[in-house]
Formats: sequence, structure tokens, C-alpha cells
Amino acid sequence: MSKYVYLVPLFPLIGFLINGLFRKWISKSLSGLIGSGVILASFVVSLLIFFEVKEDNFQPVIVSLFEFIHAGKLSIPFSFLVDPLSVLFLLIITGVGFLIHVYSTSYMQEENAPAFAKYFCYLNLFVFSMLLLVLGSNFVILYIGWEGVGLCSYLLIGYWFKSQEYSSAAKKAFVMNRIGDFAFLIAIFAMINQFGTASFSEIFQQAPKATTGLITMVTLLLFIGATGKSAQIPLYTWLPDAMAGPTPVSALIHAATMVTAGIYMIARSHVLYDLAPISQTVVAITGLATAILAASIAIKQNDIKKVLAYSTVSQLGYMFLGLGVGAYTGAVFHVMTHAFFKALLFLGAGSVIHAMGGEQDIRRMGALKKYLPITHITFLLACLAIAGVPPFSGFFSKDEILLAAFEKNPIYYIVGVAGAMMTAFYMFRLYATTFLGKFRGTTDQAHHLHESAAPITFPLIVLAILAVVGGFVGIPEIFARNSNLLGHFLQPVFAGQEKSAGEPSITVSTEWMLMGISAGLAIIMVIFAWSRFSRKPELGEPGGFGKLLANRWYVDELFDVIIVKPLNAFANFLNKVIEKNVIDGMVNGTGRLVQYGSRQLRYLQSGQVGGYVLLMVIGIVLLFVVQLLLRK
Amino acid sequence: MIPVLLIAVPLLAGLIGFTLKDGAAKSWSLFASFLTLGISLAGIALAEGSKHLEINVEWLPSLNSRFSLAMDGLSQILCLLTALSFPIIFIATWGEKYKKARNFFGLMMLSEAGLIGVFLASDALLFYFFWELALIPVYFLASQWGGEKRIQATFKFFVYTFLGSLMMLVAIIYISIHTRDHSFSIASFYGVRGMISAQDQSWLFWLMFMAFAVKMPIFPFHTWQPDTYEQSPPAVTMVLSGIMVKMGLYGVLRWLAPVLSIGTYMWGDTVSALCVIGMIYASLIALRQDDLKRLVAYSSIAHVGLMCLAIFATTESGIQGVMIQLFNHGINVIGLWIVVYLIEKQFHTRKISELGGLAQKAPGLTIMLVILALANIALPLTNGFIGEFLMFNGIYGSKVTSYNVLFMVTAAITIILAAIYMLNMVQRVFYGATHALTEKALDIRLNEKMVLGFIVVLIILIGVYPEPLFHLTRDAVNSLLAKMYFKP
Repeated sequence: MSKYVYLVPLFPLIGFLINGLFRKWISKSLSGLIGSGVILASFVVSLLIFFEVKEDNFQPVIVSLFEFIHAGKLSIPFSFLVDPLSVLFLLIITGVGFLIHVYSTSYMQEENAPAFAKYFCYLNLFVFSMLLLVLGSNFVILYIGWEGVGLCSYLLIGYWFKSQEYSSAAKKAFVMNRIGDFAFLIAIFAMINQFGTASFSEIFQQAPKATTGLITMVTLLLFIGATGKSAQIPLYTWLPDAMAGPTPVSALIHAATMVTAGIYMIARSHVLYDLAPISQTVVAITGLATAILAASIAIKQNDIKKVLAYSTVSQLGYMFLGLGVGAYTGAVFHVMTHAFFKALLFLGAGSVIHAMGGEQDIRRMGALKKYLPITHITFLLACLAIAGVPPFSGFFSKDEILLAAFEKNPIYYIVGVAGAMMTAFYMFRLYATTFLGKFRGTTDQAHHLHESAAPITFPLIVLAILAVVGGFVGIPEIFARNSNLLGHFLQPVFAGQEKSAGEPSITVSTEWMLMGISAGLAIIMVIFAWSRFSRKPELGEPGGFGKLLANRWYVDELFDVIIVKPLNAFANFLNKVIEKNVIDGMVNGTGRLVQYGSRQLRYLQSGQVGGYVLLMVIGIVLLFVVQLLLRK
Repeated sequence: MIPVLLIAVPLLAGLIGFTLKDGAAKSWSLFASFLTLGISLAGIALAEGSKHLEINVEWLPSLNSRFSLAMDGLSQILCLLTALSFPIIFIATWGEKYKKARNFFGLMMLSEAGLIGVFLASDALLFYFFWELALIPVYFLASQWGGEKRIQATFKFFVYTFLGSLMMLVAIIYISIHTRDHSFSIASFYGVRGMISAQDQSWLFWLMFMAFAVKMPIFPFHTWQPDTYEQSPPAVTMVLSGIMVKMGLYGVLRWLAPVLSIGTYMWGDTVSALCVIGMIYASLIALRQDDLKRLVAYSSIAHVGLMCLAIFATTESGIQGVMIQLFNHGINVIGLWIVVYLIEKQFHTRKISELGGLAQKAPGLTIMLVILALANIALPLTNGFIGEFLMFNGIYGSKVTSYNVLFMVTAAITIILAAIYMLNMVQRVFYGATHALTEKALDIRLNEKMVLGFIVVLIILIGVYPEPLFHLTRDAVNSLLAKMYFKP
């Protein structure tokens, strides 16, 4: 089955083409059916491949389609790599992606038919790009998918392009991603010039022979690329603005595609990172700092989608922490559980926004519990999962990362737990303000409150089940021997690079204690936020420190002052002063000088014979003088 | 036979065109341009090295110059670009009304003949002859049919390029005197490397490079270009920026770097620095342009700077990238000019600030433009990516300079800047709400959709499967590189 892996990206590509080319002619139900159907087909194929890959004697397969770039000695095939890591991502992307497609068929009903088809066409392209990204067997194919998801996020964030604000958000996403891509490209060139190839297997094989300096440079550049795509400091500010897109798109960006690309890329290049301890430290610290910063901002946001956006930034920070401390399996595990509960949270938020007639401010919600029972219960389960309450999925994955962080450096663990507490707090602030208390919207909105249709509730239920039980594939070994199925599955990829889950360097009792601390503190924060905000939600404008958080530490404003404005001013200076006056001035000045000179020369042609004779005599005398001088 | 036909068909068609009626001249030229395209495709179908791709007959025996034309991969790809561009340009601007149309179309065909001649000549004097033959019709086209300030702009263009050409002529004569058989043939020129001292190569380099630098153009010799593009009629702007700028790059690739390889090596860092500065400079200026034509002009200056930089890097990957990009940049930039032309035709303005909301009224045009813009910023799976990827890779791996990484990294900043100015333009022209001017906008017509659709299909085809273009140019890359590479 593995050799048919090209079918997985092929189906969405077909969907993209049909919906794109025939958007004017096909009905909404048909384009929705095609859009979702192709993803389902990809999911089925991925599942079949998964069963093959999970066999113990499976060897990674490379499927070459054709020669993409062949210039001189450089040969870059268009080829796919099937191994446990890529297959796991295939399942997440197509599985969660399919649910989001189904959800969209109902959520986007208000669009007219061509716009509806256009939406599914972009959505399919998004999944296609992400599949290329995780399937590529070399850095160039990965980069194609990498830029592709950047493009799709641009198209989908700016889907409602009539609003200048939305298209600005789309542009911001693309440009910030491009800054990361710039670094990624340099890393690719450095690798090609060092190793003569862009293929993963060959590079990883030769890497130990290269100098640490080069590997450190490459890994840092790759990480800068990852900060763009996976929204880490300093390139994270596009992700919260990306909320401008339709809500299912946010779910797709935050859960199944796009932001996990950076995690995937670093996990894939883990061989390089293991050779560059400095880079690992940079990754860990950046991740941790992002986790804390974003969590602090989320505490004071009042837009339901903004809270979720910052929580994604924060959770991605944890994944990078995991990568930085060498817990690759943990990071990938968290990608998976996060995909479940974050997709669920966004889709739930979409259901709420739909019911509220487009309202996104949680201060005008409240008491939605009784109007939206399914949305409510699934949302609550997702909140429990992300908060790290056992035995929900987020607990296991976050814990695996925190444990590894403790082994590396206890400070990482302490800061990480502080972030986890904030997570529990802001998530239950969000939950309580939205679903509990009294309804604070208009009476008009109150009349229209209703539970959403089946295409919306079905994905919610499926995701809720996954968010609850998804963690059981990675139960720590201390609970039961050989219970970490995920670790076992991914072991061939990360083999030898990290300590296998069976032999922890910390004692079992320490592990129990650390797990107990993080779980206990999370539960305390949940209860605290629940009881506080269900009774008395925060309705006013924050003051003091809260205002700083509500304004996101003024990072956007800071970027504006130190980068955007000076760049524009400098460009203006070049355009108005240098180009017009200096350079063109020099050119025109030369022209004027010639004109001036010829005007002076014209006076010599006076037309009087006497003058000419005089000049002739002077000329002859000069010639003689020159002759005399030259002869010596 | 093929090279002669390639030049003779447009040349004769142009001359006949002058005698026709205005209406007939248009159709006649379209027909002739398609015929030329057919011949050029036939040339590609024939295997390289076939004797149909060369001709060498007596021309000016007293000067020891022969009428010799040859067609290798580099010539093939540029002839294809030229032959493909003219029909595209004619169809896209089909509705345009010209005074004395027969003269307009006659001159267009003459310039096509000149351009193809430049790409085929394998005798230096013949090369110079075609170089001027391409330039002069375009000068008249721009000065007779251009905008309000056409005289001023085209005068600058003419003086600039003509001065450059004269310097090149001096250099050509000097080199020819120093060849073994005192001839102008390209083989003798390639053999001259060891016969001219490094000192002489140093100044000869600048004599020749000035002609090419002005044509490309390279910072700081570029100021004629935005003005000329702005003032020329649309069809001429497309010829100028789609094909004529390639003359400069072609000149360096064929007649400068392999001939004066020592001089090229000596000045490599200087020229590369100028290219990099120019790329950043032009991109920054593009950020602040409100006029669509000037925006495309500055963006093109940045892209051409990259190609020149990649030539001077003297690597296999870089040169291969340049050859692909010569073609890709040509069709992409013509596509962009067509969009600009369609907008100006409908709204009588090119000011970005006066437009907006076109996507609602003209979705077809929007899709085409977005794909062109993406190709322009080298998104993977568009043709722009292939060339830029190889060029940047080549610049990074350059062995002839010690600043290779610095050049590559600085130059690559333009991929970020390009994204900013292109997407800004897309946003402000196409997205947002409509207003009084754009409320009644119409979508593109069939002929326009056909040419833009054709370009878009090419963009994606080449972007996904570039191998045919690699195949066409691979041998030329290796043979030129062997002559270019010099390191003491």
C-alpha cells in the first residue's frame, strides 16, 4: 500500500481542481461533497498505509514520482517518504481535516455557490500542501508544501476580501511566514552546498562528519523558519490576526495544518538538532518563553477566537520545549492531542458564534449551556483536555514534555508548570464566561439561540471522543509496561536519539510526584477560574497590568515602530531623494554638462575667417610644441 | 536554414507591413509572428548540433567578418521566448488603435528580427549589427506612439543605450584585432582569453559591460527604464521588459564572461555588489510606488539584478537557473504588463490608490493576476521558483568570490520585500470595497483570457515539471561555464 502513497495528496489536488475550475457550474451540495469526499478518500488510504507501517518489520519506503530539478550534479526528485512519523501526520491531517470539511459544509451555507466552491477549493489545496510538506523525502519538497500552506493561509484568512482589515491580516500572515522562509531557504542552500543533496536520508547520514558550527547554523536557520510557520517569538503576531478567516479555517490552521509544520520539520531533522546542543537550548528557551508570553496574553482577551489563538501559540511553545529537550515523541504526541482538542475548541467556538449571530465577544455571551447542549459538553471536555486534567488527552502529552524538561533542567519544568496553570485559568475563564452565568446578549440574539445542525455537531462529538481518549496511546510506562504505544510506533524514527521511554533517568517516585504536582495545580486553577467567572464574569475594561496584557504587551505596536515605520521611511527616502535627485540627477547633470560644453564650443564657430585663421595658427603652434616635447 | 528563416520571416514581414493598409498590417503581423513561432519550435524539435541550426557565409570579407548564425540551447530558449512573446503581445493588445498602424506593426516586426538576430549571431560584428537593429525600431515605436513625456523619456533611453553600444563596438574591434586570425567569429573571440593581458581585460570589461548593464539595467544605470516603460505604448513596454532586457544578460553570458574571463573575474565582486545593492534598492523603491507601471518596472529591475548576480557567481546551478529564468521572467513580466494594460484601458488610471475592489467585479482577471504575482515572488510550483532557487543556490556556492554567502543572504532579502510589494498591490487594487470608479468594472474578454490563461498554464507547467527546459539548455550551460570559469 505504501507505494500508492501519492494517492493521499492526489485526492485533495483533484478536489481542488474540480472545485476551482468548475466553481461557476456546480451546486453547493456537490462542491461540499467533493471537497469532503476527497479528504475522506485520503484518510482511508492513509489508514491502510498506517496498518502496514505499524508492523514491526516495516522499513521506510521512498516513492519517487519524477525528477523535479536536475541541474548539473544537483538532483532533486519529487519523491515521498513513508515512515511512522509521516504516516502519523497523514492521519492527523486527513482525519481532523475531514471533520473540518464536513463542518464547513454547514458553516459556510450562507455563501453563494461559486464562493462556496472557492472555499472548498482553497481548503483542499491547503490539505494538499500540508500533505506534500509531511510526505516530501527531501527539504525541497518539504519547502514546496511549506510555502504552499503559507499561500493557502493567505487565501483563506483573506477569504472575505471585501474587508481591507481581513486582507491586511492575510498579508501579514504571508509576509511573516516569508521572513521565516527566507531563513529556511538559506539553510537549504547551506545543506546542498555542504552535502550535495537535499534528501533527508543522505543529509542525516553525512551530518556527523560536518562541523558543529555548520550544523548549529543550519539548525538555527531552520528554527527561524519554524518560528514563522509555527508562530513562535518573534514571528507569532500573525496567528492571532489570522482569526479574520472563517472559523473552520482557524481550526484547520491551528489543528491539522500549518502551525504544526514547524514541529514536524524539527522532529524530522532531529538528527541535526542532536548534533547541535546550542540550537536545542535556543529552541527550548524560545518555546518556553512563547508558552508563557502567549498564555499571559490569553488571560485578558475577550474575543473567543483570540483566546484560542493565543492558547495555540502557547501550546506550540510547549511542543518546541519538548523538541528542545529532546522529547521528540512527546512533542509529536502533543501535536496529535492538540489537534484533537484545538480543532474541537475552534469548531465549538464556531458553533457558538453561529448561534450568537456573529458575536465573538465573550462579555456578551453567558449561559449558553442550556441553549447549546452538545456544543457545551464537547467544549467543556476540550477545555479539560487542554488544561491538562487527568485522564484527558492533553494531560499525558503535556506531562511527557514536562518530565523530559525536568530531566534537562528543573527550571524548565517550573516555568512550564506555571504556564500550564495559566492555561487552565484562561481556558476556564473562557468556558465559564461563555457557557455559565447569565445571558448578557441582546434579546434578539436570545431568540435565535439554537443548537447547530448535524454536520456541525457530528465533528464536535467525534473530536470530543478523541480529545478524551486520545491520550491513552501514550500512557507513561510507570502506569503499565509497554503502554506507550505511540512511543513504540515512533521508535524507529527517533531511535537512538532519545532515551527510550522504558528507562527514565529520574526515579519512579520523582516521576509520580512531578505528575501529581502539575495535575494538581491544573485542577486547582480549573476550580478557581470556574467558581470565580461563573459567578462574576469580567465585563469592564482592564486597567494597570491587565491592560498591558489585554493589549498583548504592545508587541504589534513595537514592531510597527522599530521595523515597519523605519522601513517605509527609508524606502520613501530612496524613492523621493536618492532616485529622483541623486541618481537621476547625476544622469541629467551629465547631459546638461554636455549641453553647456557644446554651447561654449559653439562660440568658436563665429563665421569670421580671421578667427578661424587664428585658431589654426594656435593649433599648428601647439602641434609643434607637442612634437618638440615628445622628441626630447 | 532555421536561423536564417527565423530572422528573414519577421524582417521581410516588417518591410512588407510598411506597404500594407493599416488594418491589414495588424493581421499580417500576427500571422507572421505565428509563422516565426512555428519556425522556432521546429528549431527546438531538431536535435542540437544539427547542421540546420547553423549558417556561415561570406559577408564582409574586407573586415574578416562573416554572416554566421548558430543556435545552441541558450539561443533556442531566447528565440522561443521572443517568438512566443510577439503573438501574445499582438493578441493581448488587439483592440488598441494606432495612428499609422502599418508603420507601428512594421517596426514591431523589424525589432523582432533584430532581437532574434542578437540571440543567434555568432560573429561579433553581426551581433553588433542586430543589437542596433533591435534598438532603433523600438526607439521610434516609443517616441512616436508613446505617452505625453515620451520625447524626454525616449531621448534618455536612446542616448543611454546608444552610448553603451558605441563603447561595446570599440571593445569588439579591439578584441578582434587581438584574436589569432583577426576575425570577429565567436570561436576566435573565445580563444582570446590568453592573448589579452589582465590589465587590458580590466578596462575592456567595462567597455562591454556598460552596454549590457544599461540594457538590463544594473544599478545605478537604471533610471531610463521606469520612465521609458511608463511612456511607451503597452505593446512596446512588453517588448522592452519581456525581451529586450534579456539582451543585456545574454550579452554577458555569451559575449563578455566567456571572452574576457579574466576581466570578469577581476570585476566580479564589484558587479555583484552593484547587483545586490540594486536588488534591495529597487525592491524598496517598489514598496513606495503608486503607479502600476513603475511598480512592475522596479520589481523587474530587482529580478534582473538577481540574474546578473547569478551569472557572475559562475556556478553550474546559477547559470542553469539564469537560463530558465530568462524565459520565465520574460513570460511572467509580459503577463503582468498585460494586466496593467487591461486595468489602464478600462479605468484610464494606473494609480493604485485610485483603484480597489476589482476582485468582486473581475474575478477572472484577479485569479490571473494573483497567479502572476505568485510567480513573480517565486512561490514553489510556479516557474519563478525553479529559476530563483537554482540561482540563489548557485550564488551561495560560488567559488569565484569570498563574499558568496553575504551576496546570497542580502539578495534573498528581496524575496521578503517582493512579497510585501506584490501583495500590497493585490490588496489595494483587487481587494477591499468597490467605489465609484470600479463599481462598473467588467471582467476580461475572451482574447485577453486566452493569452493570460496560456501564460498561467505555462507558469504552472514549468513550475511543476521544468525538465524540458533543463534538457534544452543543459549543454549550453556546461560549454559556457567551461569558458567562463577563471580563478587564479
